[in-house]
Amino acid sequence: MNKLFVARNPRVAARSLDGEMMIMSARDSTLFTLNKTATILWQSADGTTPLDEIVQNRICTEFEVEREVALQDAEALARELASHEILQISEHPFPPAGGSR
Amino acid sequence: MPVRVHTTDQSFLEMLQARYTGFVSVSDRVEVEFDVELDRPGVNAGDAAVEVRLQRGRWSLQRGDFRAEWEPASHRGWIRQTANPYSIDAVLRIVHSLVLAQEGGFLLHSASAIRNGRAFLFAGVSGAGKTTISRLAPPDATLLTDEISYVRKREDGYVAFGTPFTGELAKLGENVSAPIAALYLLAQGPENRIDAISPADAARSLLANTLFFAEDEQLVEAVFQSAFEFVSRVPVSRLTFVPDSRVWELIR
Repeated sequence: MNKLFVARNPRVAARSLDGEMMIMSARDSTLFTLNKTATILWQSADGTTPLDEIVQNRICTEFEVEREVALQDAEALARELASHEILQISEHPFPPAGGSR
Repeated sequence: MPVRVHTTDQSFLEMLQARYTGFVSVSDRVEVEFDVELDRPGVNAGDAAVEVRLQRGRWSLQRGDFRAEWEPASHRGWIRQTANPYSIDAVLRIVHSLVLAQEGGFLLHSASAIRNGRAFLFAGVSGAGKTTISRLAPPDATLLTDEISYVRKREDGYVAFGTPFTGELAKLGENVSAPIAALYLLAQGPENRIDAISPADAARSLLANTLFFAEDEQLVEAVFQSAFEFVSRVPVSRLTFVPDSRVWELIR
C-alpha cells in the first residue's frame, strides 16, 4: 500500500475547548466536533508525517488496537474528514506552507 | 448602525416606516445607504437559499425574492425586490451580520430583554420558546427582540441592542441597549430551573444559533472565534421552563 500523507486544511477555523476539537468549514459554516481519534489525526496532520507513522506513534499508543486495523480505520477516517474538506490527503508529502496552521 | 434607504415609491417608504417604527429617525450619520429598485409583483418569488459572497470588495446578496449588492468602502449598495417588507428585512439582517462579524459581534437566534439594567438572551431554534418567554416577560422587563438579538462587543464585555427583527410575537423590540448578563439556552420541561453546561456545549450552541450566511473564510473564522470569546466572558446556561411567568423569578 502506498504511503498516505494528511494535512490540515488551512481554510477551516479550529479550536480546542475542554479537550474537544471543534472545526468550522469556511465553505458552508458547518460545525464539526471531532472525536478523540479524529482529534489525534487532526493534530498530527502536519503534511509530512505518513499516516502509518501517525497510527503507530499516536493512535496505537493511545488505544488498544492492532496496528493493521487501526491503519485501516485511520485511512477511512482521513478520507471522511477530507470529504468534508477538514483534512487534505495525498500520496506525497505536502509542501511546508500548505500543511500547517 | 444607521441605514438610509432611497426609493421613489412613496407607499413602499411608508410601509418601511410603519414596519420599523421606533427605529426610524432623521440623521445625517449614515453607515449603509441602499437604493431600492422595485420589481413588478410576481417577478421574483421562491424560497431559494441565501447566497452571500464577497467579490472585488463588493458583497453580493441573493435569494429567490431579492438581489442586492453592498460595497463597504463606499457604504453604498442597491436592492432589487418587489414591494414587500420581507426582502429588505432579510438584506438588512445579512448586512448587519457582516458588519457585526468584523467587529467581534453577531446576530443570534434568540429573544432578549433588559431587566435591572442588564440584558438577558434566550436562544433556541424555532419552537424552543423564544416567543413564549418574551410573552411571559414581567412589566419591569424591556423586550429587545423576540427573535433576533443584536450583540456587539465592547472592551468591557458584550452589549445587546433592541432590533426591529420580529418573530411570532410580531412586536418590535425597544430601541435601547444594555450589557449582557447571561445567555440562556431554552428548553421546555416540567419545572423551571437553570443548569450549568460545559463551555464546549455553550460554544456549540452559540454557533448553532448564530445567523451567518457568507461564504467567506475570514468572516467565518471571525464568527467562530467570536463565539469562543463570548462564552469565555458571558455566563451561558440551560434554562428549562414551564410555560408560565414564574420562570422570570430566575431571571434577575
